[in-house]
Amino acid sequence: MSKISYVRTEMLSQQPAPAGEVGVVGWLRQNLFSGVFNTILTIVAGAALIFLLYETLPWFLNSTWNAQSLSECREINDGACFAVIRERFNQLMFGFYPSELYWRPIVAFLLLFIALAPILIDTVPKKLLIFTMIYPAIMYLLIWGGSIWGPIAIIAGFAAGVAAFMFVDKLAGTLAAIIAAVVVTLAWMLYAVVPVSDALIGILDIGLQQVPSNKLGGFMLSIIIGLTGIALSFPIGIVLALGRQSDMPIVKMMCVGFIEFVRGVPLITLLFTASLLLGYFLPKGTTFDIVLRVMIMVTLFASAYMAEVIRGGLAALPRGQYEAADALGLNYWQAQRQIIMPQALKISIPGIVSTFIGLFKDTTLVSIIGLLDPIGLTAGIRADMAWNGIIWELYGFIALVFFIFCFSMSRYSMYLERKLKTGH
Amino acid sequence: MSEAAIDTSKMKVSDEVAIQITNMNKWYGDFHVLRDINLTVNAGERIVVCGPSGSGKSTLIRCVNRLEEHQKGQIIVDGIELTSDLKNIDKVRSEVGMVFQHFNLFPHLTILENCTLAPIWVRKTPKKEAEEIAMHFLEKVKIPEQALKYPGQLSGGQQQRVAIARSLCMKPRIMLFDEPTSALDPEMIKEVLDTMIQLAAEGMTMICVTHEMGFAQAVANRVIFMDAGQIVEQNEPKEFFNNPQNDRTKLFLSQILGH
Repeated sequence: MSKISYVRTEMLSQQPAPAGEVGVVGWLRQNLFSGVFNTILTIVAGAALIFLLYETLPWFLNSTWNAQSLSECREINDGACFAVIRERFNQLMFGFYPSELYWRPIVAFLLLFIALAPILIDTVPKKLLIFTMIYPAIMYLLIWGGSIWGPIAIIAGFAAGVAAFMFVDKLAGTLAAIIAAVVVTLAWMLYAVVPVSDALIGILDIGLQQVPSNKLGGFMLSIIIGLTGIALSFPIGIVLALGRQSDMPIVKMMCVGFIEFVRGVPLITLLFTASLLLGYFLPKGTTFDIVLRVMIMVTLFASAYMAEVIRGGLAALPRGQYEAADALGLNYWQAQRQIIMPQALKISIPGIVSTFIGLFKDTTLVSIIGLLDPIGLTAGIRADMAWNGIIWELYGFIALVFFIFCFSMSRYSMYLERKLKTGH
Repeated sequence: MSEAAIDTSKMKVSDEVAIQITNMNKWYGDFHVLRDINLTVNAGERIVVCGPSGSGKSTLIRCVNRLEEHQKGQIIVDGIELTSDLKNIDKVRSEVGMVFQHFNLFPHLTILENCTLAPIWVRKTPKKEAEEIAMHFLEKVKIPEQALKYPGQLSGGQQQRVAIARSLCMKPRIMLFDEPTSALDPEMIKEVLDTMIQLAAEGMTMICVTHEMGFAQAVANRVIFMDAGQIVEQNEPKEFFNNPQNDRTKLFLSQILGH
């Protein structure tokens, strides 16, 4: 028996890891040369990298930035001809927006960061959210111009909706309040915006010079469509995801129907509907801006995807979270707001950001219905005698700008995930 | 277990009825989970429900705060009958605390926020006052120093004590415990049971689904044994353990006390 008896008299203290497992040598050994196969892979990959740089570096190093045409480029140097980007930069950014008014989209773009700050960074005072809420109207006014009363009348419509929500919420509960808010807002938009703004213009006509939609283009257009889609598809997606999980059969049926239909058709068919068919369905005389129509279609399309991504997050939450919220006496909306959504959205962050990125890149499809986003503009630039034959530099630049935007979104989402991680 | 230390002076059962369940039946689809349950719980009573798994004991207490819906019969909690009326359900839920097997703390909120959430949103307590109440109960369950941590940073026993404190912050008149120690390491069971014993000593009305027979003997004034969706036997703990009548009860007790 005494053979198996053992009593520890002294606890062991922590020892440093053996040399060669830590530091640069350790890192190299673990990551690049951990075995024969990995060593071969490292060497092959290294060779491929060197070959790639050998082939492309001269193209970059011998590039030309100052030239009037492709042939002039070729005369100066045999590398890349980035002169096209320099030459057409304004067009790629703003389309055919009047050049004396460039300050307006630039101001709108700068204000965008102020509007986003309280949403993206939690040390920014929440009072700035008021600015975020009126930002869409400011952006509209700056980009499209026109009288200031139109956007103000639309803000008033949303304010009326909020007022209706608060009033009905006290009387008849949250669901009735949401319905009331939607009805009041829609009614205002359809019947009050035009007469009210017309009346106000009659009294005092102030505003900015109007710029028609067909002048918009370039990355400005991509950002406008992408941003509106992102900002609107998120709340609509949440509502659709909740609706799909609802106990109320009609609500559920409508949400499932919408999601499955919109997700089941290609975006391009929706865009064609927006550009061609919608004109037939709308009453005669209603002018409905093409960019606005495209924004609505892109938003609806992204909402369906968003709804499914968020539903995934909802499904991943353990039942116990719902039960604990119920057991504490929280009502449905309180439980959603305080317990369910914060966790479900956190789980869905990678999917949500993927959808955002996909949506932003999909804005290039509007070139097919004739809008002049960067891709739409390339056709014109390449048709120009001066730049006929240019491919890599132009598309490469557009790809790079898209990459910068999408990569930023991706990095932000990773930061957000790290920040919201509360476990071990 | 520290049975000797329990002060039973406050553990008085009043005549006031806290929960009245009459001829209650529940089905999951075709499956008849609860059959003709009749149970009256007076204020201040401490009831332990035990039985084999699948006997419907968890379902029974989950019917008391309407986490599960019953199809037949009547449940009256604190004078309010549970029907499909959502306002009544929320009212009952705010008076009835519940502690779950898997704690179900809200992982995205700190311990303090877990405790203040329901008082702030349901009871409309001002934030500062809610925090004072929360700290009071966190001290009571002996973890005030963890208030600013997240649930994921606490041990199982600590999490379960937070869950108890979270329920207490709503100042409930009745507490339901659904196997509160089944998911805990042996070393942590005692700290949770001690908290529950303390609660019992203060006169809380409690229904506990548990297999901690030591706890049942120490604080329960009634033990209920369930099998196949029915109440098979109920008695004072001493009689229940020393002199079980039903064969199923005898078998069950021999299984869990036998080793």
